[in-house]
Amino acid sequence: MAEIDQLKRTATQVRRDIVRMVGNAKSGHPGGSLGCADYFVALYFGILKQDTSFNMDAKGEDAFFLSNGHISPVFYSVLARRGYFNIQELSTFRLINSRLQGHPTTHEGLPGVRIASGSLGQGISVASGMAIAKKMDGDDRWVFVLTGDGELQEGQNWEAIMFAAHNKLDNLILTVDYNNAQIDGKVDDILSLGDLKAKFEAFGWKTLEMEGNDMGKVVAGINRAKEASQKGQPVVILMKTEMGYGVDYMMGTNKWHGNAPSAEQVETALAQLEETLGDF
Amino acid sequence: MSLKDITYTEKKDTRSGFGEGIYEAGLKNPNVVTLCADLVGSLKLGKFIEAFPDRFIQTGIAEANMMGVAAGLAVAGKIPVPTTFANFGTSRVYDQVRQSIAYSNKNVKIACSHAGLTLGEDGATHQTLEDIGMMKMLPGMTVVVPADYNQTRLATIAVIEKEGPCYLRFGRPSWPIFTPKEDSTFQIGKAQFLSQGTDVTIIACGHMVWQAVEAGKELEEQGISVELINMHTIKPLDEEAILKSVGKTGCVVTAEEHQYNGGLGESVARVLSQNAPVPQEFVAVKDTFGESGTPTQLLDKYGLAPKDIVAAVKKVISRK
Repeated sequence: MAEIDQLKRTATQVRRDIVRMVGNAKSGHPGGSLGCADYFVALYFGILKQDTSFNMDAKGEDAFFLSNGHISPVFYSVLARRGYFNIQELSTFRLINSRLQGHPTTHEGLPGVRIASGSLGQGISVASGMAIAKKMDGDDRWVFVLTGDGELQEGQNWEAIMFAAHNKLDNLILTVDYNNAQIDGKVDDILSLGDLKAKFEAFGWKTLEMEGNDMGKVVAGINRAKEASQKGQPVVILMKTEMGYGVDYMMGTNKWHGNAPSAEQVETALAQLEETLGDF
Repeated sequence: MSLKDITYTEKKDTRSGFGEGIYEAGLKNPNVVTLCADLVGSLKLGKFIEAFPDRFIQTGIAEANMMGVAAGLAVAGKIPVPTTFANFGTSRVYDQVRQSIAYSNKNVKIACSHAGLTLGEDGATHQTLEDIGMMKMLPGMTVVVPADYNQTRLATIAVIEKEGPCYLRFGRPSWPIFTPKEDSTFQIGKAQFLSQGTDVTIIACGHMVWQAVEAGKELEEQGISVELINMHTIKPLDEEAILKSVGKTGCVVTAEEHQYNGGLGESVARVLSQNAPVPQEFVAVKDTFGESGTPTQLLDKYGLAPKDIVAAVKKVISRK
């Protein structure tokens, strides 16, 4: 399908941006960013009703919140590529006097960012607040939120998961980046989430599973979540991804969760990622 | 104006001033949404909830989530007012307040009751004496500590009208009502002079303003001229008022129901040391936790009684 092919080409460019941003800053979190590139591109280029001139309150629009703020490179790249700000600004990532802080913030007024995140576990609560506001206002658009899987070790998430189900926030679509990797190792080894699907179901959520590094499946999966929404339950997508997806030496390990590649490693990575839309 | 003219005929809890004020603010502004973590009765939210049931969110005993939900409501243009006990609305959720509200500059009004020792019998687990310090340290956070029922009502209405994150601190005990119901001199960030004097400046906030009124009456009887300032806004601090007063009196006593580390007294000390160093004494809790007891017993035991203010004034004058 032509449209899926175009999204794939965009995702490839976004992956190039991620590698180059993190390489340029000599710091950042490339692994999770690469793993979530397909989700972000599908959402921002194929799903969201949005105004790129940016309205903080998103009235009549869909809103997205990033809870695992450390994957800011993919967020910034997609916002810029979608037209929220100039792609040249991506070169300022993590540098002094930049709007592209290490973790996303509203503090510098970067269009597209509605809340600061970085200290983990707060995004589902914030998204629930916006979802309940949309219900109060009779606004029938959706609120999307992305969390990491390791992040679900933070207790606040489970307060929010209870809250969203209790309040029937069926306009809320949570996606969990289910890559089984966190900084110190595999999630299963550090602090296992157990049967995550059963947990969400027990908490009263409509629970879907999705392959997160296949563009066609991601677009279909998010659309499936929208179809499952507005039925009295919040919806969660357990999105299986591979940390570092698209760069061979970053895959199959958690080593690149929070490490930047060297100049040479950047070149190796870029050789695997076609420049489809022009580098910043 | 002399302090002996400041009297009261009625006592009420400041939290009931909040309950009345938030109802009135809700009438005026349809964007006001209250939240509570299972303490509706304690926070006196009944009138608001009865009038605006669709604008109240019960979050259960989950304060961290409540702060995040409040931030999300603010993103959508609401004016959320998360409420709980002061300990649970500050120290328990400091990182949520810091990141999702303060750093994100969300228009959230954190309104907390049962602050300080005067919470009473519940004891130290619930008696926060650190909240002013924590909240004033957050960039952009307004911190308001009104003195009585009437002022808490007015302060509630005022913080709703002020853009940006605010922390409003009030309490549980029945307390003298000595400020007027309608008070055009009440303005966030503007100190109120309850008396003019030349020998000493007393700067107090919250319940301690009445303690200072009582202390001031006794001092006046002894021929000591007291300038008493109700510093209901800790941040932004009315530095001009402080400097103007100490320019006359040359010494200061600060009085607060809070640790002396990090509270009103330290904010005043910073202003003085940068501009006009003068002797200062601190009537505050001296780096200890509280305990169970009646409010009056606790204020006596921890050095926050009128007699302690009188002693601090004598000491500070002797240091001039």
